[in-house]
Amino acid sequence: MISFLRKHKYLIDYTLSTLVRNKGKSFALLTVYTLIIFMLASVMLFTHALRKEAVSMLENSPEIIVQRLQAGRNALVPEEYLQKIGKLRGVTQKSGRLWGYYYDPAVKANYTVMTAGQASLPITEIIIGAGIARTRGLSLGDYLTLRSQSGEAYSFKVSKLLDRKSELVTTDLLLMSPLAFRRLFDIPEGFYSDLVLSVRNPREVRKVAEKLVLLLPDSRPILREEILRTYDSVFSWRQGVIFVLLMGSILAFVIFAWDKASGLSAEERREIGILKAVGWETSDVMRMKFWEGAIISLVAFLLGYLAAYAHVFFASAGLFESVLKGWAVLYPRFQLTPIVDGLQLATLFFFTVLPYILATIIPVWRTSITDPDAVMR
Amino acid sequence: MLIQLTDVRKVFNQGKANEFCAIQGITTHFEANQVSCLKGASGSGKTTLMSLIGCLSRPTSGRIQLGDRVISGLPERFLTEVRRHTFGFIFQRFNLIPGLSVLENIMLPAYPQGLPYKNLKARADRLLDQFALANKSDNMVEWLSGGESQRVAICRALINEPQILIADEPTANLDSQLSAEFMGLIDELRKAGKSVLISSHDPAVFESNVIDRLVELHDGCVVSEDV
Repeated sequence: MISFLRKHKYLIDYTLSTLVRNKGKSFALLTVYTLIIFMLASVMLFTHALRKEAVSMLENSPEIIVQRLQAGRNALVPEEYLQKIGKLRGVTQKSGRLWGYYYDPAVKANYTVMTAGQASLPITEIIIGAGIARTRGLSLGDYLTLRSQSGEAYSFKVSKLLDRKSELVTTDLLLMSPLAFRRLFDIPEGFYSDLVLSVRNPREVRKVAEKLVLLLPDSRPILREEILRTYDSVFSWRQGVIFVLLMGSILAFVIFAWDKASGLSAEERREIGILKAVGWETSDVMRMKFWEGAIISLVAFLLGYLAAYAHVFFASAGLFESVLKGWAVLYPRFQLTPIVDGLQLATLFFFTVLPYILATIIPVWRTSITDPDAVMR
Repeated sequence: MLIQLTDVRKVFNQGKANEFCAIQGITTHFEANQVSCLKGASGSGKTTLMSLIGCLSRPTSGRIQLGDRVISGLPERFLTEVRRHTFGFIFQRFNLIPGLSVLENIMLPAYPQGLPYKNLKARADRLLDQFALANKSDNMVEWLSGGESQRVAICRALINEPQILIADEPTANLDSQLSAEFMGLIDELRKAGKSVLISSHDPAVFESNVIDRLVELHDGCVVSEDV
């Protein structure tokens, strides 16, 4: 056993000296390889962290959102729907929400406007997200003027800025009092944008939604799990877009690696012949070449992955944020919670490191089973 | 008898348009503890025959026997085993690995045995001393002169303490003084109990009194054998 380990140590030493001997080639390969891993890992880490972020944000959201459809479009929901829903078994809490979008031509951005929930805001005050504050250059005590549906201008005093920790979902958020909201958007009393319901037993959510459609045929219940699924699809789609964009560089790397790995140079073939002639077995040569491939790919994988980790979690994925975050104008600035998914890591490893090692080993095996004399000639 | 060849043939590119028979049914033998020389012009089959004897390639037909053991039909794995423990090779162009030091080149054949580094180093140091290379131990091989490179090649061939040393055109890249020195080294190895097989068309080698047995080849056939 000790002799076996010692033999491997010698083989690794020899491999390292081979890499140093061909340092130009090794460095070029390592750089390209690391860059590819960095890009792929960045996208994977970022989308995974965003998904997790979305899941944790939605954890405390209501199980069901009820919208009303009229001619296939969203319509305001009358208050009496709340009383009707109250008769459904399993529903513990129900309330109406007022929310909508406001287009600000000054900065060409959409704000998400909502009413301030439990917090009672005076009619002339608003709370804004960090993205709005940044874009409009607002701070506490400043005034923001918004034009209503009927063209009247209303000025609101910024009474609070929303916490930066929640910037992923609050960057473009603007909170105001229900009365101010109704005035701004011309929504009559007794109507809401939508309703939200809490259900006691999570297993009954789908059943409650089915009953709801029977009770209120013009309603459309949206479940929390459906929203999560939508987020998931959106992030997967964005991830796919990035991968397609990266396809060119991935392909270039594959060609580069394949060329490097499969086309043994005359020098490499001669070296294998010499090693065989002086007493190395085919398996020794293959082990040595395995270590060569493994060292390059593992170092590239480690460097690329660590760089991607730093890029995503410490530098907000500057290279990909415009595609992956997807806000029109108000990009949120936030620190993602560092998360490493084992399966994702294994997938990346499987599709980058293993093919490279195999591509290295196969031509070496072909050469090393040939008679040394023929290889050296 | 150390090595016995019986009706050995080697055909390259068999069945193809460019088929070529390099060795045409050679039957000969080589004795232990002797310096034997294969003499012949370029293309006479010396290198091919040395490769067959040294298990670097396999004969198309015929039998090669090492002591009591027939080695011509052995599978690759066993051939390597025979090669490692029985033969040491000195190639015409030395075939040292550039970028490695003298010491690393010498120790290279012993790596797969997994010996403790201390023992390996001691063995290599002994050879470096014996062949006056101790002060070159850490030098890269590409910096060495022709004579030094050849001595490194000899050390490398001896590191696994082989029974038989095979040298293919060993003086082709040396001047007459270095060639004479080389033959002196071969003589010492014979005195140390080694068997040596040399291929050469250099008179400095085959006319040397170090040679015990001379086998002359022409177009893949033995034309004369002298003792």
